[in-house]
Amino acid sequence: MIWNVECETMPLDKLRELQSERLINTIRKVYAHVPYYKKMFDAHGVKPEDICNIDDISKLPFTTKDDMRDVYPYGLLATSLKNIVEIHTSSGTTGKPVVDAYTRGDIDLWGEVMARTLTAGGVTEDDIVQNAYGYGLFTGGLGAHYGAQRIGATCIPISGGNTNRQLDVMRDFGSTVLTCTPSYSLYLAEAGKEAGIDFEKSPLKLGFLGAEPWSESMRTDIQNKLHIKAFDIFGLTEIIGPGVAAECELQNLLHVFEDHFYPEIINPDTGEPLPDGEKGELVFTTLTKEGTPIIRYRTRDITYLTRDECGCGRTMVRMHRILGRTDDMLIVRGVNIFPSQVEQVLLKIDGVEPHYQLLVERKHNLDYLEVQVEMTENLFSDGLKFIEQKECQIERALCDALLVHSRVKLVEPKAIARSEGKAKRIIDKRNI
Amino acid sequence: MTVQQISVFLENKAGRMAAAAAALKDGGINIRVLTIAENERYGVLRMIVNDPDKATDVLKNGGFMAKQNPIIAVEVADKVGIMHDIMQLCDTENVNIEYMYSFVEQMSNRAILFLRFEDTDAAAAMFVKNGYKLLSSDEVCKI
Repeated sequence: MIWNVECETMPLDKLRELQSERLINTIRKVYAHVPYYKKMFDAHGVKPEDICNIDDISKLPFTTKDDMRDVYPYGLLATSLKNIVEIHTSSGTTGKPVVDAYTRGDIDLWGEVMARTLTAGGVTEDDIVQNAYGYGLFTGGLGAHYGAQRIGATCIPISGGNTNRQLDVMRDFGSTVLTCTPSYSLYLAEAGKEAGIDFEKSPLKLGFLGAEPWSESMRTDIQNKLHIKAFDIFGLTEIIGPGVAAECELQNLLHVFEDHFYPEIINPDTGEPLPDGEKGELVFTTLTKEGTPIIRYRTRDITYLTRDECGCGRTMVRMHRILGRTDDMLIVRGVNIFPSQVEQVLLKIDGVEPHYQLLVERKHNLDYLEVQVEMTENLFSDGLKFIEQKECQIERALCDALLVHSRVKLVEPKAIARSEGKAKRIIDKRNI
Repeated sequence: MTVQQISVFLENKAGRMAAAAAALKDGGINIRVLTIAENERYGVLRMIVNDPDKATDVLKNGGFMAKQNPIIAVEVADKVGIMHDIMQLCDTENVNIEYMYSFVEQMSNRAILFLRFEDTDAAAAMFVKNGYKLLSSDEVCKI
């Protein structure tokens, strides 16, 4: 099913025309209203007049996460604050959070692209959507919420966690659609089975899963256990949240809603655009966003694009699910984590040395993060109580900074391998 | 009077105790008393040895985290009720014991209690005042 036939199946020449027109408008607007972009464009020697069609996009400078932080909180606003009706941010775990400020029009857009996302998998107004993405500053909850409501489906805003309640609601209200992270869907499947839910007979039939990497084998597992059709959805706070790209009923690559979010693939080392089919760093430009338009945002995600025709009839370009990262970011329970954050936390605690390693495992479909820290003079005592208190102190500080619980494991001095080059900070044992 | 105790951090995995023992053996260290406190993740090996400074050095050189700290060694008679006397004394004097261990010397019918206090000096003074005999490191080593 297609939510917006006109846009989603638009002939390519017409789509190009639309993208060109929208890019030109966006560039004019940010140049006039966002001092940050004016400065960047000037430094790069590019004027709004130089942008005549969508291909000229490669003349524009990139925006990075650091750039977005530097202008926190309102520096990317392209409109007056009085036009902003909602704000979301990234978790801000590596520094200042990235701010996404939405006008009324942006919220409409968000509902539109999430309606496309859910409709692509078959959601209609007859469905009951159990939305187990977190509500709050995180974009997942409200993004899916707006999409479900736009379609006219019944949305249950249960938010994340509280598994027993999720299962009760699922059973009592007869949820037909589940939206959450893929790993949490598997967790629910197993908890549900233990609670005596027969998913084969339950009305649940569709899942829209995202916010963390998963795989085909995990999809098979989820589909078999929950007896649903599971769809991969993609989005990021910097662009709008969920609703940037989604799978159609063929479950073969994700259609990017490129009439609103223009994707490019670049060589991460040179910044040169790469042709369709070649793997590189994914870059997005928002073409219609009003509150905080973003120009050529470097996602650090690695994937490729294809314009091969899709059997669903959509003309929207497709991207492969994320294949990797250009940095050392780790996603644990849907939360982005960088080893550098762990280092910052450890350095702030008296007597801790920055010899550490992150070990991630998936047990019973949930991610567990262990932070191994070397024992030092200051952490050690003949009394266990003292050591346990120190451990607790580190765990609390890490939890505050990372927004996800980790278990600290104190190891003997020099137990963590020293490296002459880049230290190996992450051991990811998950078989995703 | 106090006795120096050595504490060693040991990860809860195979071979760590053996490695610590090897370091002590190579350093010619003789262990007088030994005890381990542990949780599921790691343990702290506590020892009284003949040469605490050397023991600390050889352990550190062997890559272990090791520390010294003073504890009190009290000589008592090996008979029923002594333990109760000591506990009652500490209780009355409001002196808090962190942990303790002991051994019995069969030849002389005496026992030695090793006690770790929050305030070692106050505890030592309390025992002396109440007529207990405290042992020095040398005396413990000669046992």
